[in-house]
Amino acid sequence: MSALLQPAPPTPAKVSLWRLFRQERGGMVGLGVLGGFVVMAVLASVLVDDSALDVTANVMNPELAPPSPQFWLGTDENGRSVLALVVKGSQVSLLVGLAATAISIAIGTLVGIASGHFRNWFGGLLERLTDWFLVIPFLPLAIVLATVLGHSLLNVIAVIGVTSWPATARLVRAQTLTVEARPFVERARALGGGDWHVMSRHVLPNVMPLVMANTTLTVAVAILSETTLSFLGLGDPFAISWGSMLEGAFVSGAISRGAWWYLLPPGLCVVAVVLAFTLIGRALETALNPRLRER
Amino acid sequence: MSQPPLLELRGLQVHYAGARGAPVRAVDGVDLTVRRGEIIALAGESGCGKTTLARTVLGLERPAGGQILVDGVALGSRRRELTAWRRRVQLVPQDPMGSLNPRRTVLDAVAEGLRIHRLPGDERALVIDALERAGLRPAERFLGRFPHELSGGQRQRVLIAGALVLGPELLVADEPVSSLDASVRGAILALLLKLRDELGLTVLVVTHDLGLAWNIADRLAVMYLGRLVEVGPTEEVLADPQHPYTQALLSVVPESRHLKPIVLRGEPPDPAKIPNGCRFNPRCPALASGRASAVAGSCTSVGLEVLHGTGEHEAACWLSASPALRPLSY
Amino acid sequence: MVGEPLLELRDLHVTYPSLQGPVRAVRGVDLTVRAGTVVGLAGESGCGKSTLASTVLRMQAPSAQVSGEVLVDGEDVMTMRWGRLRAVRWAEASMVFQGALHSLNPVRRIGQQIAEPITLHEPKTTARAAALRAGELLERVGLPANRARSYPHQLSGGQRQRVMIAMALACSPRLLVADEPTTALDVMVQAQVLDLLTGLVRDLDLGLLLISHDLSVLGTTCDRVAVMYAGRIVEEAPARAVFADARHPYGKALSAAFPTIGDPASRRAPRGLAGDPPFPGALPVGCSFEPRCPSAIGACSSTDPQLLPAGPDRQAACLRVAADGSWLSPEPTRQETP
Repeated sequence: MSALLQPAPPTPAKVSLWRLFRQERGGMVGLGVLGGFVVMAVLASVLVDDSALDVTANVMNPELAPPSPQFWLGTDENGRSVLALVVKGSQVSLLVGLAATAISIAIGTLVGIASGHFRNWFGGLLERLTDWFLVIPFLPLAIVLATVLGHSLLNVIAVIGVTSWPATARLVRAQTLTVEARPFVERARALGGGDWHVMSRHVLPNVMPLVMANTTLTVAVAILSETTLSFLGLGDPFAISWGSMLEGAFVSGAISRGAWWYLLPPGLCVVAVVLAFTLIGRALETALNPRLRER
Repeated sequence: MSQPPLLELRGLQVHYAGARGAPVRAVDGVDLTVRRGEIIALAGESGCGKTTLARTVLGLERPAGGQILVDGVALGSRRRELTAWRRRVQLVPQDPMGSLNPRRTVLDAVAEGLRIHRLPGDERALVIDALERAGLRPAERFLGRFPHELSGGQRQRVLIAGALVLGPELLVADEPVSSLDASVRGAILALLLKLRDELGLTVLVVTHDLGLAWNIADRLAVMYLGRLVEVGPTEEVLADPQHPYTQALLSVVPESRHLKPIVLRGEPPDPAKIPNGCRFNPRCPALASGRASAVAGSCTSVGLEVLHGTGEHEAACWLSASPALRPLSY
Repeated sequence: MVGEPLLELRDLHVTYPSLQGPVRAVRGVDLTVRAGTVVGLAGESGCGKSTLASTVLRMQAPSAQVSGEVLVDGEDVMTMRWGRLRAVRWAEASMVFQGALHSLNPVRRIGQQIAEPITLHEPKTTARAAALRAGELLERVGLPANRARSYPHQLSGGQRQRVMIAMALACSPRLLVADEPTTALDVMVQAQVLDLLTGLVRDLDLGLLLISHDLSVLGTTCDRVAVMYAGRIVEEAPARAVFADARHPYGKALSAAFPTIGDPASRRAPRGLAGDPPFPGALPVGCSFEPRCPSAIGACSSTDPQLLPAGPDRQAACLRVAADGSWLSPEPTRQETP
C-alpha cells in the first residue's frame, strides 16, 4: 500500500513573498522612493563635483541665495549649492543608517536567539545584558563618546548600534521561545541535534522573517538618530549629511533669515526616506503574516 | 533465547520538579523487557507517564533511579554512551504537521539525522532508500517538496523515513496515527508491521488507542500514574483483562460494544499526589462496587509490587489471580 | 424518532473562490436532524463537514457562495435578516467547536464566558442572574458551580470541553452542532463527554448533529449516521447499520479502520485505504472515491453516482449497490450517464 504522489494540490500557501509584497501599494511606493534615494547616493560621487562642496571654491557664489536657474535649491552660507549638498549628504545619511542597523541587527539577533535558546544561567545573563543596554540613554551616551573619543562617523555608528540592538534582541528572543516550543525542534533534539544545530538550522530560518520586517524599521530609526546627532554637532564636522546641513542652517541663522531652501530639502529628504522604510516594513509585515492580509 | 534482550528497564524512575519543589514522580518504578523484533504498545491516559517513559528510553530524559540495560549492559550517563545509544533508537513523533520544519524540504528533513551525526555515504541515495521503505514512491519526486504540500499520511511517512535513515534497531512511535485521518491509519500501521517483518525492527508504540494495540502489538503494557498496572501478550490482556483499570478502558472503547461501559468518574489524577496503597484505589470501580471488599484493606494501604514485564500476563491488583504479590519495599 | 425536524439541509452547495479556481466544498447535501435524536456526520479532512457545520449558523467564510436551503426550525438561515439571524444564533441553534482550548478566551474567567451569550440575548438580565444561570449550566455538565471563577488554563481538556457544552446551552437552544467534540481527548474522557451529550439530548429533547472522523464513536452514540466524502453524502443509514454493515466502500473502509478488539480478522492486519482524502479543488471526473476504491469498476471513473435507496431506511451513492442494498458484480449498472 504505497502512497501515490497526487498532482500537487493547489494549496493557497507559499505564493512567493515578492508577489504578496507587490500587492501592497504602500510598500511599492516606499520601495520606489527608497530606490530613488539609493540611486542618488550611489551616483553622488559622480553627480557632484568635489569643487561644489569645497568651501573655498565657492566663495564667489552668493551666500544663502534663493533658488535660481543656476542653483536649483539655492546656496548655503558658504555659497555652496544646496542641491549638491543634499545629493552628497544622502551618502552619509544612508550609509550610517545602514551600517548602524547592520550592527544592531547582528548583535540583536545573536543575543536574542542565544538568550531564548539557553534556559540556564547563560541565557539569564544575556537577558540581563539586554535589559542593561536597553536603558542606556541615547543622547548622553553620544555626548560622552563624542567628548571622550572625538567626533567621528564611527562613533555615531557605534552609538546608534549600541543603543538599538536590545529592542531587536527582545523581539527575537520572544520569537525564539515560540519556535522552540514547536514539535520539529523536539524532533531535531531527538535526532541528536545539539544547540548549534537547533539554533542555526531551525530557529534562525524561522526568526528571519520577523528580523527582516524589523530591520526596515530599525534603519528608519537609525537614519533619524544620525540626523539628530549630526544636528547636535556630535557627528563628524567634515562629513556632509542631511543632519549636518540642518545644523549648518540653524547655526548660520537661516531660519531668521528666511532661507527655507536650506532647511526644507534636507528635512524633507529625511522624512521621505524614513517614511519609505516604514511603508516597506509595514508591507513586509503584512505580506509575511497571513492574518493581517485578510483585512 | 541466549541473546540478551535489546532493552531492559529495571525499576526505572523519572522525576521532574513540580510546582512547589516537591518532585513529581512521572515514572515511579517500571520493569519492562523488550526483545528484538517485538512490537510493544504502551497504553494509558494523559498524565500516566507513558510519554516520559518513551522519552527516557530515547535518551531525552535522565532517569532519577533504576537502570536501563541495552543488550544486557547498563547504560551509563556519560555523553558518549548516550550518543551511541541514541543512534540505535529513533523517534517517530506525533503531529506530523508540527514535527516538520515548514521551511525545509523533505530531503532536508529526512537527511537531518545523517547531517547531525556526520554519517558517511551518499546522502541522497540514503534518503531515497529510506523514503521508499516508508512507502513514498517514486521517492525522487518528494525530495524537493515542503511539508504543507503533502497530505497527513505522507508527512507521517516522511517522519518514519527520517527515523529509518539512521538504521535504528528500535523505533519509539509516539501516537503515530492519532492525528491522521481514519482511512489513512491502516496504511501507516501496516507499514510499521512491514518494517518489523522486513528489517527486524523493534517498535515501542505509545498510544491511548487500544484498538491500535490489537492491530499491531505483540505485547501490551497499560500504565497508570507512573506504574505498569497490567502487562502481557495483547490477546491475553485484551481478551481477559485482570486489572479494573484495563477493564474500564476496554469497556469504553467504542469498538468493544459487547462490554458494559464502565465510565470512570473524575479526571486522570495528578502525578504529584499519588494515593496510598494501590494508586488506582480512589477511582477503582471494583472497590466502589464492593467486588473487592475482601481485599479492600490492602487496596487503600498496602503498595503493590512492580510488575516484572518480561512476557507473561501480569496485573498489579490485589484482586487479580497473578502470582502472589508481595507488598513493596520501595 | 418522531420529533419535529429542527434542522433541514436541502440541496446545500457551498463553493469557495480561490486563485486556482472554484473549490466545491459541499456539493448537494440533504440532511435532517429531528428533536430528541442524534445524527452523526462522519468524514475526514477535506470532505466539507466543517463547512457544512458553519452554514447552520451562517458562519461560513464571507467569500463562500451558498445555494440551497438551511432550515433551522423551519426558517431558512441563509435568507434571514440580520436581526433575526442574531436572535437565532445561540438561542435556537448553537455550536460546540473543535479545539476547546482555542475557543475559550484565556484571560477571562469561564463563568463570565458562559454568561456572555445570556446577557447578549437577554439584555435585561442582571449580572447576578446571569452568573447564577452560568453556575446552573456548569452543574448540568457535571462541573461544580464554583469552577466558574477559574480561568481556562486551570482546567483539563475534558473539563474545558464541558465548559464549551455549557456555553452552547446557555440560551436554551433546541439544536446543537458539535464539531469533533472529542477528538483530542482521552478515551475515558471521551466516553464521559459523549455520555453527557446523549444525556442532554434525552433530558432536554434537543437535536444534535455530531461530527467526527471516528465512525466507531458515532456508531455508539447516534441514531442515524451520514458518511460524507468530497462534499457529498455517500451513505446514510441507522447508526448501527453503517458501523456494522456499511454498503458504500468508503463507509466500509472507515468502519474497518477502527478494529473490533477481539476480532481475529484484524489481529496484525490493519485495514485502510491507499492514497489520501481528495482535495476539494481538484476532484476527479466521475465518482470522487474511485481513485481509492478497492471495488471500482470501469463505469465508476465516468459516472458520478447519486444518493439512492440501498435497502430499507438507508441510502448509498455507489454504482455497485442495488436498490435493495445488495452488492452488484461488475456489470452494467442501474445508473445511466446523466
